[in-house]
Amino acid sequence: MLLNQFLVLGAALFAFGVYGLLVRRNVVLILLSVELMLNAVNINLIAFESYLVSAQAVGQVFAIFVITVAAAEVGIGLAIVLMIFRNRKSANVDDLSLMRW
Amino acid sequence: MVEPILFVLMSMAALAGAVTVVAARNPVYSAMGLLGTLFSVAVLYVLQLAHLVAAVQVIVYAGAVLTLFLFVIMLIGVDKEEHWEEPLRYQRSFVAGMAGVVVLMAAGLTFFTDFDWVPAAVGGTDPSRTIGTVQAIAEPMFTDWVLAFEATALLLTIAAAGAIALAHYRRRPH
Repeated sequence: MLLNQFLVLGAALFAFGVYGLLVRRNVVLILLSVELMLNAVNINLIAFESYLVSAQAVGQVFAIFVITVAAAEVGIGLAIVLMIFRNRKSANVDDLSLMRW
Repeated sequence: MVEPILFVLMSMAALAGAVTVVAARNPVYSAMGLLGTLFSVAVLYVLQLAHLVAAVQVIVYAGAVLTLFLFVIMLIGVDKEEHWEEPLRYQRSFVAGMAGVVVLMAAGLTFFTDFDWVPAAVGGTDPSRTIGTVQAIAEPMFTDWVLAFEATALLLTIAAAGAIALAHYRRRPH
């Protein structure tokens, strides 16, 4: 087993996440794409930890922290999405121009 | 020999799930694609002896986060058609081209150059290495990384309080 294939998989997942983030118009799908990107980061952390086994288990501990931050981000993000939908009856980012100058 | 086969299968499943996430018209299908990606990536974690992270991935991501996504998709309404005309011309193909270039550069760097930051592990997935057990994670997490641990606890508390505050927000009647 090599390390490189995990890095390529992580890069591919990150690229798909960026594509979804920039192209989709639904706010929920944008958040789903952000989850894809966070998963790509986790793949890299776990792969490096598996090959540079460290005493402090840095990679795996940080992966768990990333998962925690992702959970917090989804909770607050979806609450905001519901709030916007309640006020403006739309979940389309093109309609949300309230804060644009 | 089983590890490369498992890697190929699971990475194909993860990429198929990622394609479903970005390409599906129905948001429920996108959420199901993310579910497939998360499970495949959890199998890849087990392959690298990160057992605890794989369990957390399945429980927290596939269990809690995805359920939350499905709830919100159902509340907003799946039949809301996402309009697909592009406000910026050629944005979609331009972004796809950029993403493809990034992946090709990463693949080229890793496969066609002498790109070994770290030497490949000798033993591969040697099950005698105890790097991913609960004990191996918990001991550094509660000693070396205890400050970060407390910070995430604070973050989760603030996030939960903020979500509840947003849900209960009502504009005051004048």
